[in-house]
Amino acid sequence: MGARYVGAAVARVEDPRYLRGEARYVDDIKLPGLLHAAFLRSPHAHARFRGVDTARAAAMPGVVRVFTFADLEPFLKPLPVFGAPPPGLAERIRFTIRPTVQYALGPGIARYAGEIVAMVVADSRARAEDAAEALEVEWEPLPAVVEMVAAARPESPRLYPDWPDNVAVGFTHAIGDADAAFGAADVVLEERFRIQRYVGMPIEPRGVVAAFDRRDGTLTTWNSTQVPHFVQQGLATALGLPPGRIRVVAPDVGGGFGTKAAGYPEDALIPIAALALGRPVKWSEDRREHMMAAAHARHQVHEIALAARRDGVILAVRDHIWLDLGAYSGWGIVLPYNTVAHLLGPYRIRNLQVEVAAVVTNKTPSAPYRGAGRPETVFAMDRAVDCLARRIGLDPAEIRRRNYLGADELPWDLGMPYRDGNPLVYDSGDFRSALEAALAAAGYAEFRGAQKRLRERGIYQGIGISGYVEGTGIGPFEGATVRLDLAGRVSVATGAASAGQGHETTFAQVAADALGVPLDWVTVVGGDTAAVAFGVGTFASRSAVNAGSSVHEAATAVRAKLVRAAARLLEAAPEDLTIEDGRVSVRGAPGSAVALAQVIQASLPTFARAGVAAPDFEATACHHVPTVTWASAVHVVRLQVDPETGVVTLLRYVVAHDCGKVINPRIVDGQVHGGVAQGIGGALYEELVYDEHGQLLTGSLMDYLVPTAMEVPPIETVHLEYPSPRNPLGVKGLGEGGAISPPAAIANAIEDALEPWGVRVTETPVSPARLLALIGSRRTA
Amino acid sequence: MTRVIRVRVNDQAHERQVEVRRTLADFLREDLDLTGTHLGCEHGVCGACTVLLEGEPVRACLLLAVQADGARVTTVEGLAAGGRLHPLQEAFRAHHALQCGYCTPGILLTAAAFLAEHPRPAREQIREMLAGTLCRCTGYQFIVDAVAAAAQAMSP
Repeated sequence: MGARYVGAAVARVEDPRYLRGEARYVDDIKLPGLLHAAFLRSPHAHARFRGVDTARAAAMPGVVRVFTFADLEPFLKPLPVFGAPPPGLAERIRFTIRPTVQYALGPGIARYAGEIVAMVVADSRARAEDAAEALEVEWEPLPAVVEMVAAARPESPRLYPDWPDNVAVGFTHAIGDADAAFGAADVVLEERFRIQRYVGMPIEPRGVVAAFDRRDGTLTTWNSTQVPHFVQQGLATALGLPPGRIRVVAPDVGGGFGTKAAGYPEDALIPIAALALGRPVKWSEDRREHMMAAAHARHQVHEIALAARRDGVILAVRDHIWLDLGAYSGWGIVLPYNTVAHLLGPYRIRNLQVEVAAVVTNKTPSAPYRGAGRPETVFAMDRAVDCLARRIGLDPAEIRRRNYLGADELPWDLGMPYRDGNPLVYDSGDFRSALEAALAAAGYAEFRGAQKRLRERGIYQGIGISGYVEGTGIGPFEGATVRLDLAGRVSVATGAASAGQGHETTFAQVAADALGVPLDWVTVVGGDTAAVAFGVGTFASRSAVNAGSSVHEAATAVRAKLVRAAARLLEAAPEDLTIEDGRVSVRGAPGSAVALAQVIQASLPTFARAGVAAPDFEATACHHVPTVTWASAVHVVRLQVDPETGVVTLLRYVVAHDCGKVINPRIVDGQVHGGVAQGIGGALYEELVYDEHGQLLTGSLMDYLVPTAMEVPPIETVHLEYPSPRNPLGVKGLGEGGAISPPAAIANAIEDALEPWGVRVTETPVSPARLLALIGSRRTA
Repeated sequence: MTRVIRVRVNDQAHERQVEVRRTLADFLREDLDLTGTHLGCEHGVCGACTVLLEGEPVRACLLLAVQADGARVTTVEGLAAGGRLHPLQEAFRAHHALQCGYCTPGILLTAAAFLAEHPRPAREQIREMLAGTLCRCTGYQFIVDAVAAAAQAMSP
């Protein structure tokens, strides 16, 4: 088996349909008799409501049915929750976990502005929206709990009156002896950092279509989701149907970034409406709904302290962390523990003490978003390290050289479990090489000279560094089925739905190499539960590792079946056979070659003879991935700050990264670029702002600023390939990485640029207004 | 309230009765089945729904179908002439200028109109042109590369 395609920058096979406008997203699906749903959503952040008066709405033209909690009660099961601590973690850390119960449609109480109160189904979307406006609700507003640090205090009003406070997930954790290390330190650096609410904001909003077929009792639902098998399981529970009667299809999905990996009320409500009405129903989320009702992310506060020696060697970290979960806690330990597990990153630190409070507030529920705790924790750590460097007069590059783990120190055991309960051990990589590669590519040393000269001319440029080590490819598995047809053409089905990541190309590369067939013989289907029985989904930088390994394993098994059949046909020993370019031959005897089609067809019985082998050229694999594999990167950014306007202009951005073996370098570059662009948004522009009543003030794309082509600078990538020892392909996860370091690197560079003013950047986004305030306060000081 | 409109879309004439409140985007998608025009925000910011009206890029979510009465409209489905990909489409594939593809039709049409006026654009001009459309996947760099390459390929 040669690696003919893996590692090559092949053009994406899925592109032509997108370019011709022939892709099919959920909103493009039309069915005979299709009805349209619209929702009445709570205008209050926290309020009880008594009864929904549906009379006027129900009588409006085109309205088919209005659904309230009372109409749907038998169908409404609590939405699925994730993130219970697995064995290995639960016995090491004592978590306080208070589960919240969320219904698809609220029973008499709304806990965030945007929560669904009623659903209207009509013969057009416009008429459904008209009728939703005509619903009348009697509201009784309750105090809104908005700011998480205040919300965590016992005296705060509570979302859930039977809880002692608003903390849904709390724990403390320690490794080593932080108290002793702080006692012995020459320098103690303490700082408070705030990371704002921001989120994936895919350009395609969410959407659901559902149709029930009375003939065979099957429900089919098309959903703009990253996790079709999760949606299937949720529906099986809600509807009491066996999973096999529920087909979930994620067709073309217009970006996900984690936003579409959560379980949502609409996932259940649209199928329920289709079942109740016996007609297909569609809901297409509009942008305003998306901003108030699709999951939010990121908001954290860190009160972090570093203990260090005079020479910059860091001895210990203490961190008090708050996370804002919004109104419901659907993800358990996932975000809080991710945050802790990635705090130490590439640094050689043996002493750690953390206290964590994940807090419920009357805001849109949050969910993992591209990085899922890592951008936040890396911001706190890498900002603190830069502050420490400034305090002791060390260059930010030098303090990292003194504290980054060396390649010879790997594998590095942090002495704590990972989120999956297995020991947290960095398996491979070279963080110092990544640092030096990124610094060299960015011209760090030369820049220091230029920076001085520019400052003399009143031009303020800065350079910033941030690095991370990321647990990627979380298991436990992904399903993949590989099947050949009569002509030897290959279909690959996996539960790893694509939302633009190029799975149809990458997994075709893996399968084509494993089988020995041309790339264009392979068709990859992701995101159809009817095509592969068991699956998990695409999130957490997991698909290359999990689905890639399963595709490889299943394709290898099919290859073995082909070789067995061909050996009979050619009367040769299986071990002497080779498959190349879709033909099987005896090694060293090219004249013996037969087409795969011939091998397959010879395996089918005819009237004249039995087949040469069992006609079984199909295999399914769920490759077991017990724990993550560790990707890493160092980002370096150069930028310019205008101290008169507060505007930050990014000049260059360098990423030196290790995602293990690269399957397709073009796709990898694209993933890095996209991640960095989102990180830039988080660093400088994007924020979901709430007022003190829990009202979202940034409810449109005019208020919530997604970076454009003018804000994203040229991005240079340096690929450092340290193959993962933890899977057969040697790959590591990649999707999230780009988004992790930009906030820290950019904030570090801004402080560097403004060194003459001595400003300290403690929160993002670093908007012109925030920056001017910082500069102004230093000018008057 | 409805009105009859006549529009020429991708060189094909249509006469339809439409609700006056129907947007041009919904008209193209729902009435003509041209689902290549995508809706990302429905308030004129993201640019995914951009089509050409008499050769000029417009946001189909901000126009009513009745405003296109008597006009010539080009959507992404009309870009590939005679089944062959437009040089921009070729360049987008060669340069990996798309990921999820949702913003792609709007960008292709905006870029097509731009290249008609600026056959030899500087990279900075390309970025300015792209700034009217949001892409959440690519970070724009490969889109800039693709538009530059298409300009090269299309220049006589």
